Amino acid sequence: MKKLINNPKDVVEEMVGGYVKAHPSYVKQLPENERSIVTARKTREGKVGVLIGGGSGHEPGFMGYVGEGMADGVAIGNIFASPSPDPILEVTKAIDKGAGVAYLYGNYAGDVMNFGMAAEMADLEEDIRVKAALATDDVASALKEEKEKRRGIAGEFFVFKAAGAVADFGYNLNDVIRVAQKANENTRSMGVGLSPCSLPQTGEPSFDIGDDEMEIGLGHHGEPGIEKGVIETADKVAERLVHDILADIELNKGDKVAVLVNGLGSTPRMELYIIFRRVEQILNENGIVIYRSYVGDYITSLEMGGCSVTLMKLDEELERTIDHSVDCPMFVQK
Amino acid sequence: MEFTVSELKEYFNSVVNMIEEQKDYLCELDRKLGDGDHGVTMSIGWQAIKESLNNELLNEEDCGKVSIKVGKTFLSAVGSSVGPLYATGFMRGAKVIKNKTVLNGEDLAQFWLAFGKGVKERGQADVGDKTMIDTLEPFVNVLEEKFNDYQEFLSAFSEAVDAGEEGMKSTKDLTSKKGRSSRLGERSIGVQDPGATSAYLILNEFFNFVKSRSVQAN
Repeated sequence: MKKLINNPKDVVEEMVGGYVKAHPSYVKQLPENERSIVTARKTREGKVGVLIGGGSGHEPGFMGYVGEGMADGVAIGNIFASPSPDPILEVTKAIDKGAGVAYLYGNYAGDVMNFGMAAEMADLEEDIRVKAALATDDVASALKEEKEKRRGIAGEFFVFKAAGAVADFGYNLNDVIRVAQKANENTRSMGVGLSPCSLPQTGEPSFDIGDDEMEIGLGHHGEPGIEKGVIETADKVAERLVHDILADIELNKGDKVAVLVNGLGSTPRMELYIIFRRVEQILNENGIVIYRSYVGDYITSLEMGGCSVTLMKLDEELERTIDHSVDCPMFVQK
Repeated sequence: MEFTVSELKEYFNSVVNMIEEQKDYLCELDRKLGDGDHGVTMSIGWQAIKESLNNELLNEEDCGKVSIKVGKTFLSAVGSSVGPLYATGFMRGAKVIKNKTVLNGEDLAQFWLAFGKGVKERGQADVGDKTMIDTLEPFVNVLEEKFNDYQEFLSAFSEAVDAGEEGMKSTKDLTSKKGRSSRLGERSIGVQDPGATSAYLILNEFFNFVKSRSVQAN
């Protein structure tokens, strides 16, 4: 696959370099570690620090969500790989305002180990309180009975938004984590993959799929999904994705949800809105109220083709987090 | 037998070269189970180790410090899941060989036992989960038992590596239970686990390295 890069081994450093130069009023790189980016704006003393992170290749996830109303800092890993504890620890030190730091990340073995080691070091070496909330929104990645094994995909966006908002409201660390966990508990995603991405360093497609095929439940690192078959119409795909979500979370008439139709990298907005159109119809038929919608590329997988649908069931507290304004380099909500 | 700090560094350098040769093969195995980058990840880590062997570690005389630096360098360079796993292994191994510039057979056996047990503790995986533990746990068990029996490193290590190889091969018929590929279920059957494979290659490299040394010595 063709890519506009220089040397494959420099892609992450060069992306981060470009990013901080493009948005100096929003973000800055820490001198201690080039994989550590924090907000360039002044944050209030006593505010809980919100730290997000994960592998590169998911842009706008995760560095694009550093800013007002979302995260205070991000630790950046290699492509599709968890950051090591070093950048996580440096960000932790930089964003701690005396009220501790909330770590938010997707449920992957690597992230769990690296963020876990960083949290231990923050506690032992720096005396900073750290608590973590993990996203496990991907319905396809494990059965309901083993929900804690599920991976985090696009629903991570809602978890970041919820935690970022309540940290702004002045919640303490325990409550920021409680709300992040509640956001995750109420969020479900289902995805479909149409075409693979390729890693700059191998140039190989991340998975094999026929020109006329789609894969339901495909992971956003190209982990194979639950079912591969001939590609269906947008309406059929939307129905399947929403069906699996509704089978997994109880949503009754009158319940409110936030909806995210997320593109995986190379799927045009046209197709995402066609999907959204059918999602809205189904929710409407079931009497489920859409409180707010997000359609676009929020957490991608390089140039992978396909999309996911995410629903977050709202209560009053989560509604307030959805309403909260955000100003980040890659996401603004007024 | 005697194993010097320069031999330890030479061994690590030989792993650097071996990983470069096996990079594409490891990626290909991973492509069927995950995102296809295991060879790249291992290469990023071992290239960083090469840098530190050629710089900070050039005049280091303490085997323990060499192993700590190898672990930490690998972790910083890769993160991922293999980062913490190998880092923990090499750092636990380092404790056993602290302040030593020359290692004997007993030291080497204890080093690799601590390495394998460290990885196991960090990863919390069991035999049968289709991970590097399928290589490392039988390796550790046989090394412990045979070194007790023989009190001679190379024969014990040789049998331990064979056990690791068996374990690695067994992953082909297993369903993934840990890590990203655990979400594959039945579809993971038929592919040998890339993490189990690279772990075996690293152990086997040590066997070959020590064997070639002892042949020369004779």
